[in-house]
Amino acid sequence: MWFITALMSTPNTFRAGPDEDGRFGIYGGRFVAETLMPLILELEQAYETSKDDPEFKRQMDYYLSQYVGRPSPLYLAQRLTDHLGGAKVYFKREDLNHTGAHKINNCVGQILLAKRMGKTRIIAETGAGQHGVATATVCALFDLPCVVYMGAKDIERQAPNVFRMKMLGAEVRPVTAGSMSLKDALNEALRDWVTNVEDTFYIIGTVAGPHPFPAMVRDFQSVIGEEVRMQIMEAEGRLPDTLVACIGGGSNAMGLFHPFLDDSGIDIIAVEAAGRGIETGQHAASLSAGSPGVLHGNRTYLLQDDDGQIQEAHSISAGLDYPGIGPEHAWLHDIGRASYVSVTDDEAIEAFQLTTKLEGIIPALESAHAIAHVMKIAGNLPRDHIMVLNLSGRGDKDLNTVATATGMTFGVE
Amino acid sequence: MMKALPETRIARRFAALKKQGRGGLVTFSTAGDPDYDTALTILKGLPQAGADIIELGMPFSDPMADGPAIQKASLRALKAGQTMIKTLNMVRAFREGDDDTPVVLMGYYNPIYVYGPEKFLKDAKAAGVDGLIVVDLPPEEEAELCIPALEAGLNFIFLTAPTTDDRRLPRVLENASGFVYYVSITGITGTTSAAASDIEKAYKRLKKHTDLPIAVGFGITTPEQAAKVASIADAAVVGSALVKIIAEEGASAALNFVASLAKGIR
Repeated sequence: MWFITALMSTPNTFRAGPDEDGRFGIYGGRFVAETLMPLILELEQAYETSKDDPEFKRQMDYYLSQYVGRPSPLYLAQRLTDHLGGAKVYFKREDLNHTGAHKINNCVGQILLAKRMGKTRIIAETGAGQHGVATATVCALFDLPCVVYMGAKDIERQAPNVFRMKMLGAEVRPVTAGSMSLKDALNEALRDWVTNVEDTFYIIGTVAGPHPFPAMVRDFQSVIGEEVRMQIMEAEGRLPDTLVACIGGGSNAMGLFHPFLDDSGIDIIAVEAAGRGIETGQHAASLSAGSPGVLHGNRTYLLQDDDGQIQEAHSISAGLDYPGIGPEHAWLHDIGRASYVSVTDDEAIEAFQLTTKLEGIIPALESAHAIAHVMKIAGNLPRDHIMVLNLSGRGDKDLNTVATATGMTFGVE
Repeated sequence: MMKALPETRIARRFAALKKQGRGGLVTFSTAGDPDYDTALTILKGLPQAGADIIELGMPFSDPMADGPAIQKASLRALKAGQTMIKTLNMVRAFREGDDDTPVVLMGYYNPIYVYGPEKFLKDAKAAGVDGLIVVDLPPEEEAELCIPALEAGLNFIFLTAPTTDDRRLPRVLENASGFVYYVSITGITGTTSAAASDIEKAYKRLKKHTDLPIAVGFGITTPEQAAKVASIADAAVVGSALVKIIAEEGASAALNFVASLAKGIR
């Protein structure tokens, strides 16, 4: 008997969280106003029921394969690999999904849940616009009215996505409060939700917010890592040595990482946005340079001052421009299962350009952060080292930003 | 069940109101808005103007349950250099001249969490704070601050909302003390108002579950509305309307407004 007790008291999985209070260690939770609390509990129950329902799974599989285009390829980036001269670099091509990023995986799951719960109106927040576009897309498909909150600053730098959302029939509401970016869009979406609790479903775009959102979004995104497991076995006959993904809130990273958390030999690396450099204070590196706090319904690492006031984040990539991070990442950071590094705006732009030229793939600036880190480490690793990078989105939306940053013009010179 | 708190200023004030046969006036203003000195002048003038209970907002950069008026008040206060230490100092300065009027600090959890909950409770109690309303701490998170607050001798006031149904109410009220704050609309502060008939229904529903006094807030902007709500419930809370006058017309106009609210209620 003693050995069974011993086994049970030793945590033998990193994949069991969150607990019944929605906690990953001390992180997560349900820090919301009472008006929302009954709804959050209802959502949790609806999600728990749907998760195990074969019909829900059948619908998910259908839309993911027929509409999103899954599975996304696992592509060996041979020219980048040769250029770096070390580890074999695979791209998980989430940029090839319908709407051009991983965000749609989660939106399909949440809108199916919204339909089941009888909700008739959808709201979302967006930073880079990828989640906004994905939400507007599923709303068009399922014929539900959609309101997307977007910081005024982001509306300006992600104009193509704003237009896409409008074409899809969504109403994009500019947020001029606070720093006019993603965190303020989240505040405004929460204010909308608390006002329209009865009919509205809030599709949160990342692994953050009150429980059950971090777990639910992770589950919907885990299709990324599950596919990689099968695809890499087929390509290499073994699991990868290293996983790399960029991280703002952390949904593409969690989607790739989660199915591999218990494979102890695998190195897991998330790349935060160091903006103009951590030392300048103008960055979005919540884990590298933040401290624990409570915002947007969960406890996690935040960029904040000594008085608990949230600070503005900065990143050239709107999708990483957020002063917090998903609670499960905060936990993985503290227990040391994943490592969290950072990459500057300039390094990301360099990676963006290199990938475009070498591979003919224009990556999202968000994903370019992950590539920039791969560029730092791959050359020092042996040639049989297998590295999988989550190419979370395509970069068409970022052409303006990159043109401005590099002094290039749109026309022929 | 928690052990009962020793009688607080809040309990004494509601007992006195009951004796007078009227509902109370609860005012909300933000500490440090538009600056420390003006906010302290307002705070000190509130009891004379007729506020029965004072809610003092702890400014936060991301007030997710507040409408534009209180959002702006928070940002003005922070811009003027308000900190948690200064907010507690304001209460201490207020207490030098007033030992009777209950002061409830209201805000969001993060500034308290970063200050350190234990130290915060000790310092707040010592400064003369009577109770806390923390918007983003529902009963599910009561271990964070509610239980320690009760142990430190501070009332922890829970919010109830139209969405808090009869099945959930007992859970919310389990560790409630001081009074119960009824958020009369589903929404953010300072936007729409609830119909008197809905407030009456909600008040009766809550009273079936608790003996605590019930204060009703959100969307009460005029002396007439305040009078009506205070005649139905045990107190009416006026926040955004007052905060707007502080911003647009200054301290003395704000205190005059409070006096007009108080007159309506009496």
